[in-house]
Amino acid sequence: MGSTLAEKIIAKAAGRESVKPGDFVTCDVDLAMMHDSGGPRRVNPILTRLGTKVWDPDKVVVITDHFVPPVDAMSAAILDMTRKWVVENGIDNFYDMQGICHVVLPERGHLSPGMFVVGGDSHSPTGGAFGCFMFGVGATDMAGVLVTGHTWVKTPGTMRVDINGDLGVGVSAKDIILHLCARIGMGGAEYQVVEYTGDTVANLPMTERMTLSNMAAELGAQAGLIAADETTSAYIRAAGGDAGDPAQWQSDADATYLATHAVDAAALTPYVAAPHSPANSAPVDEHKGVVVHQAYIGACTGAKLEDLHMAASVLKGHKVSNQTRLLLAPASTRITAAAAADGTLAALTEAGAILMPSGCGACAGYGAGILAEDEVCISSTARNFQGRMGAVSSKVYLGSPYTVAASAIAGHITDPREFLNGGMA
Amino acid sequence: MSDTGKAWVFGDDIDTDVLAPGLYMKGPLSTLAEHCLESVDPNFAPNVQKGDVIVAGSNFGIGSSREQAVEALKLLGVRTLVAKSFAGIFFRNTLNFGVVALACEDAGKIRPGDQISTNPAKGKITNHSTGETYNCDPLPAQLLEMVIDGGLVEHLEKKLAKKDADQ
Repeated sequence: MGSTLAEKIIAKAAGRESVKPGDFVTCDVDLAMMHDSGGPRRVNPILTRLGTKVWDPDKVVVITDHFVPPVDAMSAAILDMTRKWVVENGIDNFYDMQGICHVVLPERGHLSPGMFVVGGDSHSPTGGAFGCFMFGVGATDMAGVLVTGHTWVKTPGTMRVDINGDLGVGVSAKDIILHLCARIGMGGAEYQVVEYTGDTVANLPMTERMTLSNMAAELGAQAGLIAADETTSAYIRAAGGDAGDPAQWQSDADATYLATHAVDAAALTPYVAAPHSPANSAPVDEHKGVVVHQAYIGACTGAKLEDLHMAASVLKGHKVSNQTRLLLAPASTRITAAAAADGTLAALTEAGAILMPSGCGACAGYGAGILAEDEVCISSTARNFQGRMGAVSSKVYLGSPYTVAASAIAGHITDPREFLNGGMA
Repeated sequence: MSDTGKAWVFGDDIDTDVLAPGLYMKGPLSTLAEHCLESVDPNFAPNVQKGDVIVAGSNFGIGSSREQAVEALKLLGVRTLVAKSFAGIFFRNTLNFGVVALACEDAGKIRPGDQISTNPAKGKITNHSTGETYNCDPLPAQLLEMVIDGGLVEHLEKKLAKKDADQ
């Protein structure tokens, strides 16, 4: 009987021939990633109590993205503590205010197919887009990894999501995953691996694949894997990383899946998730006309370079409605630079987008861009839980960068295809 | 085999906000624990006894990665959880804090107040009130050792002390 990609990576990390779902194993960790919120400030007290240092500083990456730039003395102190900690612990892989961890990690070439990676954040499944087994852990788990270099895992089963067909104009990976959230539910893949396959996925650029893997978290999944191919290798090489051997890290043809869900990409329309759950998703038509006070393009989910390209393709030649505001927080400083070089940034700012720092920002209510009581926002982020982006009575709708941009022009939720050539118009 | 404890029975999708309400997250753990599960059973926190067992349906512990969801239960004296299934990060946190989490298909057969004992190594749960025995996913020896030590940090503390003594 064959193995899934996740089972192969776990078996290698555990030093075993093979593993099956339910097996408890101890795995060697290839890489541990932390950010400023859940990282040094939470793990350091545990390391101090144990009187030990980091097992291998070269296998640790620290990225500040939550409290950047600091807005008060408390957040400034957290960043200060983080900077001192990485120096004291000899961690060279430190990216300070360079962007959001899930985007910066692959951008700087740290991920390769077949790696077993832990991340101190719930959107850690994003790394699965590079054929890694990457999952989120809490501070105690992370401290255990930092001390020993390994961690225990109960091998999850794998759910396959097979996506085929050409996406229509104005439809993106975000619409696929919102559709899945509605179909499978918030906990529909609880403690499973979601593996995305099919020709639609094969044709997506890495940044779009990252959106699928990122929001596997919203399905309740441990990890969201996509087997590496030539697209993956090209991205990793350009980032200065090790593309490894993609052929070795594929699910076997006779692997056992817990379930397979087929998605017809050609039949999908833009999707929008209503408050207060990503699972409240429906075709954009159902929410058309809802007035938005703020439009937000940001976060690890929705502010990568292709996300900015999508928004610019809608906004070019239009203006943001004077009834709303469009906040734009590119996911990394490198993305800002690339968008400046290729004209995307000019198209967005000329339309009226307000440029914000690269960081987690308003997505989780940390940075600037917080909502007032009863305000409504349409956002390219991943979560719309009650009160997450500001006041308890504020409401967040989730959509693709296309849909957020179109809604910013109209001042209310709008089908982006109305602004795109070749669309329904 | 564990000592016998009284069952407190809950439904599906008990989330981390129910276990550790956000409203009390800034305060001390003891205050947070007083409000543990309050929104589904206000009698739980004031009356739960050391050694009592939580029994629940599917997806117990869904939501955030907050470790206080387990810490609150532990402070109230709960050392064993039995549920149809557990949320991923919560399941890890539970064992890492020295609390036993047993996934059991038959969790729904247990009634409030039943006297329960468990054998995590063998994957057995005994209901002394009905005489029934249920199968559950067993926990492997190395994880049980961690749980018995009191959790991951305590386990590492013990191992590191032993290493020092051996040198």
